[in-house]
Amino acid sequence: MSNETEMTSFAFTPENLDLAKKIIAKYPAGKQQSAVMPLLDLAQRQVGWTSIAVIEYIAQMLDMAPIRVQEVVTFYTMYNQRPVGKYHVQVCTNICCLLRGSDGVGETAKQVLGVEWGETSPDGQFTLSEVECLGACVNAPMMQVNDDYYEDLTPDSTKAVLEALKRGETPAVGPQNGRQFSAPEGGPTSLTELTFGTEKA
Amino acid sequence: MPKLTIDGREIEVEAGTTILQAAEQLDPPIEIPRFCYHERLAVAGNCRMCLVEVEKMPKPVASCAMPVGEGMVVHTNNANVRKARQGVMEFLLINHPLDCPICDQGGECDLQDQAVAYGGDRGRYCEEKRAVEDKDYGPLIQTMMTRCIQCTRCIRFISEIAGTPVLGGLHRSEHLEVGRYVNAAVSSELSGNLIDLCPVGALTNKPAAFTYRAWELKRTESVDAMDALGAAIRIDSRGNEVVRVLPRVNDDINEEWLGDRSRFAVDGLRRQRLDRCYIRKDGRLVPASWPEAFAAIAAKAKGLPGSKIAAIAGDQADCESLLALKELMASLGSAHLDCRQDGARLDGSVRASYLFNSTVAGIETADALLIVGSNPRKEAPVLNARIRKRYLKGGFRIARIGHKSDLTYKYEALGDNPAVLAEIAAGRHPFFDVLKNASRPAIILGQGALARADGAAILAQAARLADAAGLIKDGWNGFNVLHTAAARVGGLDLGFLPGPGGLDTDGIAAAAGKGDVELVFLAGADEIEMAALGKAFVVYLGTHGDAGAHRADVVLPTAAYTEKSATFVNTEGRAQRTKLAVFPPGEAKEDWKVIRALSDALGKPLAFDTVGQLRGRHPLFSQLDQLRPAAWAACGTDGALLDKPLVSSVDNYYMTDPISRASKTMAECTASFGAGCGCNHKKTGTHG
Repeated sequence: MSNETEMTSFAFTPENLDLAKKIIAKYPAGKQQSAVMPLLDLAQRQVGWTSIAVIEYIAQMLDMAPIRVQEVVTFYTMYNQRPVGKYHVQVCTNICCLLRGSDGVGETAKQVLGVEWGETSPDGQFTLSEVECLGACVNAPMMQVNDDYYEDLTPDSTKAVLEALKRGETPAVGPQNGRQFSAPEGGPTSLTELTFGTEKA
Repeated sequence: MPKLTIDGREIEVEAGTTILQAAEQLDPPIEIPRFCYHERLAVAGNCRMCLVEVEKMPKPVASCAMPVGEGMVVHTNNANVRKARQGVMEFLLINHPLDCPICDQGGECDLQDQAVAYGGDRGRYCEEKRAVEDKDYGPLIQTMMTRCIQCTRCIRFISEIAGTPVLGGLHRSEHLEVGRYVNAAVSSELSGNLIDLCPVGALTNKPAAFTYRAWELKRTESVDAMDALGAAIRIDSRGNEVVRVLPRVNDDINEEWLGDRSRFAVDGLRRQRLDRCYIRKDGRLVPASWPEAFAAIAAKAKGLPGSKIAAIAGDQADCESLLALKELMASLGSAHLDCRQDGARLDGSVRASYLFNSTVAGIETADALLIVGSNPRKEAPVLNARIRKRYLKGGFRIARIGHKSDLTYKYEALGDNPAVLAEIAAGRHPFFDVLKNASRPAIILGQGALARADGAAILAQAARLADAAGLIKDGWNGFNVLHTAAARVGGLDLGFLPGPGGLDTDGIAAAAGKGDVELVFLAGADEIEMAALGKAFVVYLGTHGDAGAHRADVVLPTAAYTEKSATFVNTEGRAQRTKLAVFPPGEAKEDWKVIRALSDALGKPLAFDTVGQLRGRHPLFSQLDQLRPAAWAACGTDGALLDKPLVSSVDNYYMTDPISRASKTMAECTASFGAGCGCNHKKTGTHG
């Protein structure tokens, strides 16, 4: 557990408090503790990480011992136990991504952002994390920036995505090599007449 | 009821029983090895040591978590099971250090024993072991977290039984660590039990660290005298030194738990001890022999009428010494004697009026409870765990009149004014109906409510409530007085109380201050206002250089509860006898012997020479370990209630008597956990 305690107090914003009440209401009376994970997520979306102040606030809201909330926070790696930058860049280095060149993605990210694994850039914009499989193996290698997946990366496209983020732009999410979702590279090989939504196959 | 076969033996057990429990019900029982399972804790099923084979089930099953089924055929010791256990043991030992030779658990370690009994003879693990940072669990518990096998018994105990959930399993998988919540101390009054529960050496006794090996200790089964519950204890000693105190199983009182003061104050038995007589000469206490000390007392007592002599008994006086001193006072012609040094307004006339009538185990069957002027968590933590256990079962309304604090269960705070009690007793308060409508309602009256000027009036109100709300009915008496002193019920039973025209504690102090009482015997009484005794000649019989000895003119050294075979009556009225584990230090002698010898020196020899003869003089001593039914009658004296808040009589749990005040460990606890509520669940600004 991080000893960083720069967050001395926490409270949901009025909108999030409404949302929290709706989440709690999904569970039967007396089983409000089941809402601990969505509420932690909500808090993390509000302030970026799940600090001790967040843990105590949610523990009190759900009538739980703070240690029970802390157990949840430390069990799941997706709850940030330290502050992260505006963009949390999570590069998958598991087997599929590794075989498809995640080393290059990681190295490029380090160079472009000027940080090592687990560090936050001095301007507080980017935090770079090495993570386990994010379930996008078919589009390996990939990285997740906040809620968005950037897939089929090469060192160059990684650089392009991160530079665009640096400029404050929002690069197109999904495969960066022109591929349609998880369809075969170079276009579909079967069901070629089907179209998906507004996009042409 | 399902019938099953375990190792070829058929047994019928109640539905819902687990395979492990069923195996233990066999005669002779089959013991299935386990680490995480504990019969008084929730089932966790995570150590996998209790694997057994059940026919028609594809894999071995954890017997601690598997309920029995009709026609099950269980094998607990075939080749498959042995192989499974060996595999589990090999996994458990992967990250367990091989430091048994320097581990305090060595020799009484479940992991060690079971590795010998069920493990393989070699490991195949050649990779690096993990190391875990040690945690700070305060001055009582030494942690060595690398040894932890994550059975989670400590987490379950502190959450379920102790009710102070500060421990948890943090991180996961290879990185799983048992730890405490940031900034929260392991401050439960029952924290010492974690040491007993830990099946390995991860949590050990910090004050006694590296001072003993389990097999060197002499074990003496005895009874605790640090509070009024009389928990069953085992005194482990080496030579003439008490090394540690452990609880024994006694389902009537303490189950298998023990409060931290009872367990850890034992280093106080070695400090500040009175090991010889002292006489005050020119304002200083100088060492003296027994005959010199007796001569000094005799010189003072000579020609003194009985009305100028008084005796006050302390909180740890045993029944033998109380009876001997009472007889001595009678032969000296004095009616001024009192065993209620705190001034509790209880008298000995109605036995049920000063007992914990529902019994300690019986409180678990109550269905409504009113706590008045008591903090059971501080006054009797083991009893408090019982109340919490009952609370967790549900359907138990608890209300409390008194200072608000965390009792580890929820209660309705009815304020701290005794007038609320009168309101309830008169039926004008909603909680009256709760008690009235309950089938087994109870009240707990603490010494904080009785040891005050209006104590008799509060007692009368409580008795009125007991009658009005039906607390006493067939087979149930819910009127409970919670004592904090091991000596009190014994003293009341023996009538160590002012005789006709006699003075009570306050009266004795006042008379001594005025010079009307010139000779005061203090039998271990340290908690009275010594300055109030004025110029009286004070004879102190006791164990420690505490307040009484500092005030005394003659000090007579006596034996502590670990150093004598003595009788104590607990708060339920159960007489129990301690056993001598070690001898009293130096020239100290058992209390009753000192009083008997003193009677010779005073020229009034008492009519007994052996402890057997002494015990023959009162029926109390022949009724050990049993509860005598006490008939109910109205008690207390009607009077005005003071507009003064009700507070618990125990302010600092860790220091209540001469032994715990002399204990370094208890001083560290006071510094670490504070004298206040000790609760970290809801932090205040002064914590951390």
